[in-house]
Amino acid sequence: MIGFRLDARSGVPTYLQLVNQVKHALRLGLLEPGDRLPTAAEVVAALAINPNTVLKAYRELEREGLVAARPGTGTFVQRTLGRVGAADRARLHRQLVTWMRSANAAGLDREDVEALFEAARQDVAEDVA
Amino acid sequence: MSNAVETVGLGRRYGRHWALRECRLSIPEGRVVALVGPNGAGKTTLLNLVAGLIRPSAGSVLRFGEPVRDDPASLGRFAYLAQDSALYPGFRVADLLTFGRKLNPRWDDDLARDRLAQLGIPPRKRVRQLSGGQRAQCALVLASAKRPDLLLLDEPLASLDPLARHDVMALLMETVALHGTTVVLSSHIIADLVDTCDWLVAVNRGRIQVSGEIDELLAGHAVVSGPVDRRAHLPDRLPVVTESVNGRQVDLLTRATTDTFGPAWSVRPPSLDELVRGYLGAPDASALPGPVALAR
Repeated sequence: MIGFRLDARSGVPTYLQLVNQVKHALRLGLLEPGDRLPTAAEVVAALAINPNTVLKAYRELEREGLVAARPGTGTFVQRTLGRVGAADRARLHRQLVTWMRSANAAGLDREDVEALFEAARQDVAEDVA
Repeated sequence: MSNAVETVGLGRRYGRHWALRECRLSIPEGRVVALVGPNGAGKTTLLNLVAGLIRPSAGSVLRFGEPVRDDPASLGRFAYLAQDSALYPGFRVADLLTFGRKLNPRWDDDLARDRLAQLGIPPRKRVRQLSGGQRAQCALVLASAKRPDLLLLDEPLASLDPLARHDVMALLMETVALHGTTVVLSSHIIADLVDTCDWLVAVNRGRIQVSGEIDELLAGHAVVSGPVDRRAHLPDRLPVVTESVNGRQVDLLTRATTDTFGPAWSVRPPSLDELVRGYLGAPDASALPGPVALAR
């Protein structure tokens, strides 16, 4: 089950942080159709936030068709956001980890990595264009 | 939906001094209310009046549409955690449960025992052996085991470190999620009220200054910032609550406005902290339902 965390300094409204974390987990395959989201009571017992904030996030996810509330049983994932299969995702993840290790070994810090990643992304975007 | 608390013309006088006056307040059921205000503003007086611990000098209080009475049915529906949660220091935690069980008709002993076990508070321990955080948690468990529809808390977090504050708030929010309890909670620390409370009541100099849903209040206000030497160019009709000058910059807390002020000025929504400090710093301004007088 997904465990939420909050970043008070991000400036992103709390309910949206919850929405984004569910979407992130859907993209990474950490949540799959049929999985149950934690109840409002479970979330607020961990995060100390107003239960209505959790319900607002779940309503938003429901509106987007990603989850569905089943009365008395909970809120369940309806569909995934990942467009690639599990095998492709695992292969790409492995390749990226290998690359990340060599970047670390070469002494790149987080910002260097992000700059390189962005530059590569733009190179590929130009290929396509 | 009905109101958990409703007061009309409520006032309380000590000698010649009105600790609270002309207080008109409606708190809908199911809200988590932040009660804020400077020391001596009347927060505790208001809580004591709603709890029925003191009688009004003027006006009236309704809890769930009924006058405050001393009978078991009326007393059973609410719980009040006064400042410095008064647990008998020599009692064992188990003794407190017995005490609660014998005195409260709606007492939920399983809930109390489960919660204390969850929190790792051993029933054999004496109150004086518990940490400050554990004592606050224990008091909150006792209050929620009453299964109140309305829970009043006066500065429940005041003496706690940040970790214990988080734990107490988490327990409180879980109670709200499971039972739909209406909560009124006074605090000085606005950061603890962000994300937990959804209704704001500000008391200042014995009067209710602000009452409303926090999201609506934030959406209904703006912080306008710009160069102080251009202040005179802002429109006169701008509904300013308060303004402060920081070096060359002036920040104005205003009611939301459709005016535009040109490139020198930035307009953004206020934080809860800015909203609260803005109003408490301008005691003559008010944000209340219905017609209001906005002082300049």
